[in-house]
Amino acid sequence: MPDPITVVVNGQEREFGGEMSLTDLLQALDLDPQAVVVELNKEIVRRPALGDTTVRNGDQVELVHFVGGG
Amino acid sequence: MSTTAAAAVDQPLVIGGREFQSRLMVGTGKYADNDTMVRAIDASGAEIVTVAVRRVDLDRTKEEGILFHLDPKKYFLLANTAGCYTAEEAIRYARLAREAGFNEFIKLEVIGDQETLLPDVEGLLESARTLVKEGFHVMAYTNEDLITALKLEDAGCAAIMPLASPIGSGLGLINPYTVRTIKRRLGAPVIVDAGVGTASDACVTMEQGVDGILMNTAIAAAQDPVAMAHAMGRAVEAGRLAYLAGRMPRREIAIPSSPTTGMLD
Repeated sequence: MPDPITVVVNGQEREFGGEMSLTDLLQALDLDPQAVVVELNKEIVRRPALGDTTVRNGDQVELVHFVGGG
Repeated sequence: MSTTAAAAVDQPLVIGGREFQSRLMVGTGKYADNDTMVRAIDASGAEIVTVAVRRVDLDRTKEEGILFHLDPKKYFLLANTAGCYTAEEAIRYARLAREAGFNEFIKLEVIGDQETLLPDVEGLLESARTLVKEGFHVMAYTNEDLITALKLEDAGCAAIMPLASPIGSGLGLINPYTVRTIKRRLGAPVIVDAGVGTASDACVTMEQGVDGILMNTAIAAAQDPVAMAHAMGRAVEAGRLAYLAGRMPRREIAIPSSPTTGMLD
Protein backbone atom coordinates (compact mmCIF):
# COMPACT_ATOMS: atom_id res chain seq x y z
CA MET A 1 0.00 0.00 0.00
CA PRO A 2 1.42 3.47 -0.92
CA ASP A 3 1.69 6.04 1.82
CA PRO A 4 -1.08 8.65 1.76
CA ILE A 5 0.03 12.18 0.90
CA THR A 6 -1.17 15.64 1.82
CA VAL A 7 -1.05 18.24 -0.97
CA VAL A 8 -2.01 21.90 -0.78
CA VAL A 9 -4.22 22.53 -3.81
CA ASN A 10 -5.31 26.14 -4.36
CA GLY A 11 -4.58 26.88 -0.73
CA GLN A 12 -6.57 23.90 0.62
CA GLU A 13 -5.00 20.81 2.21
CA ARG A 14 -6.15 17.67 0.42
CA GLU A 15 -5.40 14.03 1.21
CA PHE A 16 -4.69 11.50 -1.52
CA GLY A 17 -3.97 7.78 -1.43
CA GLY A 18 -0.37 8.11 -2.59
CA GLU A 19 2.04 9.81 -4.97
CA MET A 20 0.56 10.27 -8.41
CA SER A 21 0.95 12.21 -11.63
CA LEU A 22 -0.58 15.67 -12.13
CA THR A 23 -2.86 14.12 -14.75
CA ASP A 24 -4.18 11.75 -12.07
CA LEU A 25 -4.57 14.63 -9.63
CA LEU A 26 -6.67 16.58 -12.15
CA GLN A 27 -8.74 13.49 -12.79
CA ALA A 28 -9.26 12.99 -9.05
CA LEU A 29 -10.51 16.59 -8.86
CA ASP A 30 -12.70 16.09 -11.95
CA LEU A 31 -10.89 18.82 -13.91
CA ASP A 32 -10.21 18.89 -17.66
CA PRO A 33 -6.44 19.33 -18.26
CA GLN A 34 -7.24 21.46 -21.33
CA ALA A 35 -9.21 23.91 -19.21
CA VAL A 36 -6.66 24.64 -16.48
CA VAL A 37 -3.06 25.74 -16.11
CA VAL A 38 -1.02 23.94 -13.47
CA GLU A 39 1.70 25.26 -11.21
CA LEU A 40 3.62 22.81 -9.02
CA ASN A 41 5.62 24.48 -6.24
CA LYS A 42 5.43 27.79 -8.16
CA GLU A 43 6.75 26.32 -11.42
CA ILE A 44 4.40 25.98 -14.39
CA VAL A 45 4.02 22.43 -15.63
CA ARG A 46 3.13 22.41 -19.33
CA ARG A 47 0.28 20.18 -20.46
CA PRO A 48 2.43 17.56 -22.24
CA ALA A 49 4.43 17.05 -19.01
CA LEU A 50 1.45 16.59 -16.67
CA GLY A 51 1.46 12.81 -17.01
CA ASP A 52 5.19 12.54 -16.23
CA THR A 53 5.21 14.91 -13.26
CA THR A 54 4.75 13.34 -9.84
CA VAL A 55 2.90 14.99 -6.97
CA ARG A 56 4.51 14.24 -3.61
CA ASN A 57 3.66 14.75 0.02
CA GLY A 58 3.80 18.45 0.98
CA ASP A 59 3.68 19.77 -2.60
CA GLN A 60 1.83 22.95 -3.40
CA VAL A 61 -0.33 22.90 -6.49
CA GLU A 62 -2.11 25.86 -8.08
CA LEU A 63 -4.81 25.27 -10.66
CA VAL A 64 -5.94 28.40 -12.52
CA HIS A 65 -8.21 29.34 -15.37
CA PHE A 66 -9.70 32.45 -16.95
CA VAL A 67 -12.55 34.27 -15.26
CA GLY A 68 -14.34 37.53 -16.00
CA GLY A 69 -12.15 40.62 -15.64
CA GLY A 70 -11.38 44.02 -17.10
CA MET B 1 -21.32 46.24 -35.78
CA SER B 2 -21.10 48.91 -38.45
CA THR B 3 -17.36 49.18 -38.84
CA THR B 4 -17.84 49.89 -42.54
CA ALA B 5 -17.99 53.68 -42.26
CA ALA B 6 -14.81 53.83 -40.21
CA ALA B 7 -13.11 51.19 -42.34
CA ALA B 8 -13.62 53.31 -45.46
CA VAL B 9 -11.45 56.12 -44.12
CA ASP B 10 -9.40 54.42 -41.41
CA GLN B 11 -6.54 51.95 -41.16
CA PRO B 12 -6.90 48.81 -39.06
CA LEU B 13 -5.48 48.95 -35.56
CA VAL B 14 -2.23 46.97 -35.39
CA ILE B 15 -0.91 45.75 -32.03
CA GLY B 16 1.99 43.35 -31.75
CA GLY B 17 1.80 42.64 -35.47
CA ARG B 18 -1.89 41.69 -35.35
CA GLU B 19 -4.63 43.61 -37.13
CA PHE B 20 -7.89 44.51 -35.44
CA GLN B 21 -10.93 46.16 -37.02
CA SER B 22 -12.61 47.35 -33.84
CA ARG B 23 -11.02 50.05 -31.70
CA LEU B 24 -13.20 49.16 -28.75
CA MET B 25 -11.96 46.50 -26.35
CA VAL B 26 -14.16 45.24 -23.55
CA GLY B 27 -13.78 43.49 -20.23
CA THR B 28 -15.80 40.55 -18.97
CA GLY B 29 -16.00 41.39 -15.26
CA LYS B 30 -18.86 42.50 -13.06
CA TYR B 31 -21.79 41.39 -15.24
CA ALA B 32 -24.96 40.35 -13.43
CA ASP B 33 -25.03 37.14 -15.47
CA ASN B 34 -23.17 35.46 -18.32
CA ASP B 35 -26.00 35.76 -20.82
CA THR B 36 -26.00 39.56 -20.44
CA MET B 37 -22.22 39.59 -20.79
CA VAL B 38 -22.28 37.58 -24.01
CA ARG B 39 -24.99 39.76 -25.54
CA ALA B 40 -23.26 42.97 -24.47
CA ILE B 41 -19.90 41.92 -25.92
CA ASP B 42 -21.60 40.99 -29.15
CA ALA B 43 -23.42 44.34 -29.26
CA SER B 44 -20.18 46.25 -28.64
CA GLY B 45 -18.56 44.88 -31.79
CA ALA B 46 -15.32 44.39 -29.84
CA GLU B 47 -12.77 41.84 -31.00
CA ILE B 48 -10.40 42.05 -28.06
CA VAL B 49 -11.96 40.81 -24.84
CA THR B 50 -10.12 40.83 -21.53
CA VAL B 51 -10.11 38.05 -18.95
CA ALA B 52 -8.48 37.54 -15.55
CA VAL B 53 -6.46 34.61 -14.21
CA ARG B 54 -7.78 33.10 -10.99
CA ARG B 55 -7.81 29.86 -9.05
CA VAL B 56 -10.26 27.19 -10.15
CA ASP B 57 -12.94 26.73 -7.53
CA LEU B 58 -12.40 23.15 -6.41
CA ASP B 59 -15.81 22.91 -4.76
CA ARG B 60 -17.66 24.15 -7.86
CA THR B 61 -19.73 26.49 -5.77
CA LYS B 62 -18.93 29.36 -8.11
CA GLU B 63 -19.45 29.67 -11.83
CA GLU B 64 -17.46 27.89 -14.52
CA GLY B 65 -14.49 29.47 -16.23
CA ILE B 66 -15.24 32.26 -18.67
CA LEU B 67 -14.36 30.11 -21.68
CA PHE B 68 -17.51 28.13 -21.04
CA HIS B 69 -19.36 31.24 -22.26
CA LEU B 70 -16.93 32.96 -24.65
CA ASP B 71 -15.76 31.34 -27.85
CA PRO B 72 -11.97 31.86 -28.13
CA LYS B 73 -12.29 31.47 -31.89
CA LYS B 74 -14.68 34.41 -32.09
CA TYR B 75 -12.86 36.79 -29.73
CA PHE B 76 -9.23 37.63 -29.15
CA LEU B 77 -8.67 36.85 -25.48
CA LEU B 78 -6.46 39.35 -23.71
CA ALA B 79 -5.49 38.11 -20.26
CA ASN B 80 -4.73 40.67 -17.59
CA THR B 81 -2.66 40.73 -14.42
CA ALA B 82 -5.36 42.56 -12.47
CA GLY B 83 -5.02 42.30 -8.73
CA CYS B 84 -1.21 42.09 -8.83
CA TYR B 85 0.67 44.51 -6.60
CA THR B 86 4.27 43.57 -7.40
CA ALA B 87 6.30 42.96 -10.55
CA GLU B 88 6.97 39.40 -9.41
CA GLU B 89 3.26 38.64 -9.02
CA ALA B 90 2.38 40.20 -12.38
CA ILE B 91 5.09 38.16 -14.12
CA ARG B 92 3.77 34.98 -12.50
CA TYR B 93 0.21 35.70 -13.65
CA ALA B 94 1.36 36.61 -17.18
CA ARG B 95 3.23 33.32 -17.52
CA LEU B 96 0.19 31.37 -16.31
CA ALA B 97 -2.02 33.24 -18.77
CA ARG B 98 0.30 32.46 -21.67
CA GLU B 99 0.30 28.80 -20.70
CA ALA B 100 -3.45 28.71 -21.25
CA GLY B 101 -2.37 28.69 -24.86
CA PHE B 102 -4.31 31.42 -26.65
CA ASN B 103 -1.71 34.09 -27.45
CA GLU B 104 1.38 35.93 -26.26
CA PHE B 105 -0.45 39.14 -25.35
CA ILE B 106 -0.80 40.34 -21.79
CA LYS B 107 -2.55 43.38 -20.37
CA LEU B 108 -0.05 44.22 -17.70
CA GLU B 109 -1.35 45.82 -14.52
CA VAL B 110 0.75 46.39 -11.43
CA ILE B 111 -1.41 48.18 -8.90
CA GLY B 112 0.19 50.52 -6.38
CA ASP B 113 -2.72 51.58 -4.19
CA GLN B 114 -5.92 49.84 -3.14
CA GLU B 115 -8.13 52.90 -2.94
CA THR B 116 -7.32 54.46 -6.32
CA LEU B 117 -6.00 51.35 -8.13
CA LEU B 118 -3.41 53.65 -9.66
CA PRO B 119 -0.44 51.84 -11.19
CA ASP B 120 2.91 51.28 -9.47
CA VAL B 121 5.11 52.55 -12.28
CA GLU B 122 8.34 51.05 -10.90
CA GLY B 123 6.80 47.57 -10.73
CA LEU B 124 5.15 48.13 -14.08
CA LEU B 125 8.40 49.04 -15.84
CA GLU B 126 10.32 46.22 -14.20
CA SER B 127 7.75 43.57 -15.13
CA ALA B 128 7.27 45.03 -18.64
CA ARG B 129 11.01 44.71 -19.35
CA THR B 130 11.07 41.10 -18.14
CA LEU B 131 7.95 40.07 -20.04
CA VAL B 132 9.06 41.71 -23.30
CA LYS B 133 12.33 39.75 -23.04
CA GLU B 134 10.26 36.58 -22.62
CA GLY B 135 8.47 37.29 -25.90
CA PHE B 136 5.22 38.74 -24.57
CA HIS B 137 3.33 41.47 -26.40
CA VAL B 138 2.85 43.70 -23.38
CA MET B 139 -0.06 46.12 -23.26
CA ALA B 140 0.74 48.23 -20.23
CA TYR B 141 -1.92 49.85 -18.08
CA THR B 142 -0.37 53.08 -16.84
CA ASN B 143 -1.25 56.53 -15.59
CA GLU B 144 -1.34 59.57 -17.85
CA ASP B 145 2.33 60.41 -17.29
CA LEU B 146 4.27 61.00 -20.51
CA ILE B 147 7.66 60.00 -19.11
CA THR B 148 6.38 56.62 -17.89
CA ALA B 149 4.70 56.09 -21.25
CA LEU B 150 7.97 56.84 -23.07
CA LYS B 151 9.85 54.41 -20.82
CA LEU B 152 7.25 51.71 -21.44
CA GLU B 153 7.57 52.24 -25.18
CA ASP B 154 11.35 52.10 -24.86
CA ALA B 155 10.97 48.82 -22.94
CA GLY B 156 9.30 47.39 -26.04
CA CYS B 157 5.64 47.40 -24.99
CA ALA B 158 3.20 46.62 -27.81
CA ALA B 159 0.70 49.20 -26.57
CA ILE B 160 0.59 51.86 -23.89
CA MET B 161 -2.67 52.11 -21.96
CA PRO B 162 -3.05 55.35 -20.01
CA LEU B 163 -6.14 55.68 -17.85
CA ALA B 164 -8.89 58.20 -18.52
CA SER B 165 -9.62 58.18 -14.77
CA PRO B 166 -9.39 55.51 -12.05
CA ILE B 167 -10.59 51.97 -12.79
CA GLY B 168 -14.33 51.59 -12.30
CA SER B 169 -14.80 55.30 -11.46
CA GLY B 170 -16.74 56.33 -14.56
CA LEU B 171 -15.34 59.84 -14.20
CA GLY B 172 -14.48 60.09 -17.88
CA LEU B 173 -11.40 61.63 -19.47
CA ILE B 174 -10.02 63.84 -16.71
CA ASN B 175 -6.93 65.06 -18.50
CA PRO B 176 -7.32 65.20 -22.29
CA TYR B 177 -4.10 67.19 -22.68
CA THR B 178 -1.83 64.52 -21.16
CA VAL B 179 -3.47 61.70 -23.10
CA ARG B 180 -3.17 63.74 -26.31
CA THR B 181 0.48 64.45 -25.53
CA ILE B 182 1.21 60.76 -24.96
CA LYS B 183 -0.42 59.92 -28.28
CA ARG B 184 1.53 62.65 -30.08
CA ARG B 185 4.89 61.57 -28.66
CA LEU B 186 4.60 57.78 -28.94
CA GLY B 187 4.95 55.55 -31.95
CA ALA B 188 3.35 52.57 -30.18
CA PRO B 189 -0.46 52.33 -30.15
CA VAL B 190 -2.11 54.24 -27.30
CA ILE B 191 -5.23 52.58 -25.90
CA VAL B 192 -7.05 54.44 -23.15
CA ASP B 193 -7.90 51.95 -20.42
CA ALA B 194 -10.26 52.63 -17.53
CA GLY B 195 -12.44 55.48 -16.37
CA VAL B 196 -14.87 55.93 -19.26
CA GLY B 197 -18.40 56.24 -17.87
CA THR B 198 -20.74 56.80 -20.78
CA ALA B 199 -20.78 57.17 -24.56
CA SER B 200 -19.78 60.86 -24.62
CA ASP B 201 -16.66 60.00 -22.58
CA ALA B 202 -15.69 57.39 -25.16
CA CYS B 203 -16.31 59.80 -28.01
CA VAL B 204 -14.26 62.63 -26.46
CA THR B 205 -11.47 60.18 -25.67
CA MET B 206 -11.28 58.93 -29.26
CA GLU B 207 -11.35 62.54 -30.50
CA GLN B 208 -7.96 63.02 -28.82
CA GLY B 209 -6.52 60.78 -31.53
CA VAL B 210 -5.82 57.71 -29.42
CA ASP B 211 -5.90 54.32 -31.11
CA GLY B 212 -8.60 52.68 -29.03
CA ILE B 213 -10.36 52.31 -25.69
CA LEU B 214 -10.67 49.43 -23.28
CA MET B 215 -13.63 49.52 -20.93
CA ASN B 216 -15.51 47.19 -18.64
CA THR B 217 -17.58 48.78 -15.87
CA ALA B 218 -19.12 51.45 -18.11
CA ILE B 219 -20.92 48.66 -19.95
CA ALA B 220 -21.30 46.02 -17.23
CA ALA B 221 -22.66 48.46 -14.64
CA ALA B 222 -25.01 50.33 -17.00
CA GLN B 223 -28.70 49.82 -16.28
CA ASP B 224 -28.98 48.13 -19.67
CA PRO B 225 -25.52 46.75 -20.49
CA VAL B 226 -26.49 45.53 -23.97
CA ALA B 227 -27.85 48.95 -24.98
CA MET B 228 -24.80 50.68 -23.51
CA ALA B 229 -22.52 48.32 -25.41
CA HIS B 230 -24.27 49.36 -28.65
CA ALA B 231 -23.81 53.00 -27.68
CA MET B 232 -20.13 52.52 -26.86
CA GLY B 233 -19.42 50.82 -30.18
CA ARG B 234 -20.94 53.78 -32.00
CA ALA B 235 -19.30 56.37 -29.75
CA VAL B 236 -15.84 54.94 -30.33
CA GLU B 237 -16.45 54.89 -34.06
CA ALA B 238 -17.92 58.42 -34.05
CA GLY B 239 -15.01 59.78 -32.03
CA ARG B 240 -12.50 58.10 -34.30
CA LEU B 241 -14.19 59.43 -37.44
CA ALA B 242 -14.41 62.94 -35.96
CA TYR B 243 -10.71 62.83 -35.14
CA LEU B 244 -9.85 61.71 -38.66
CA ALA B 245 -12.21 64.31 -40.16
CA GLY B 246 -10.52 67.12 -38.21
CA ARG B 247 -12.72 69.43 -36.21
CA MET B 248 -13.41 73.08 -37.09
CA PRO B 249 -11.43 75.77 -35.27
CA ARG B 250 -12.90 77.07 -32.04
CA ARG B 251 -13.92 80.78 -32.05
CA GLU B 252 -14.90 83.15 -29.28
CA ILE B 253 -17.38 85.04 -31.47
CA ALA B 254 -20.22 83.92 -33.69
CA ILE B 255 -20.02 83.73 -37.47
CA PRO B 256 -23.37 83.45 -39.25
CA SER B 257 -24.02 80.28 -41.20
CA SER B 258 -26.55 81.94 -43.51
CA PRO B 259 -25.71 84.71 -46.05
CA THR B 260 -25.61 88.24 -44.63
CA THR B 261 -26.49 89.62 -48.10
CA GLY B 262 -29.86 89.38 -49.84
CA MET B 263 -31.79 90.48 -46.79
CA LEU B 264 -35.10 92.38 -47.28
CA ASP B 265 -35.18 96.16 -46.86
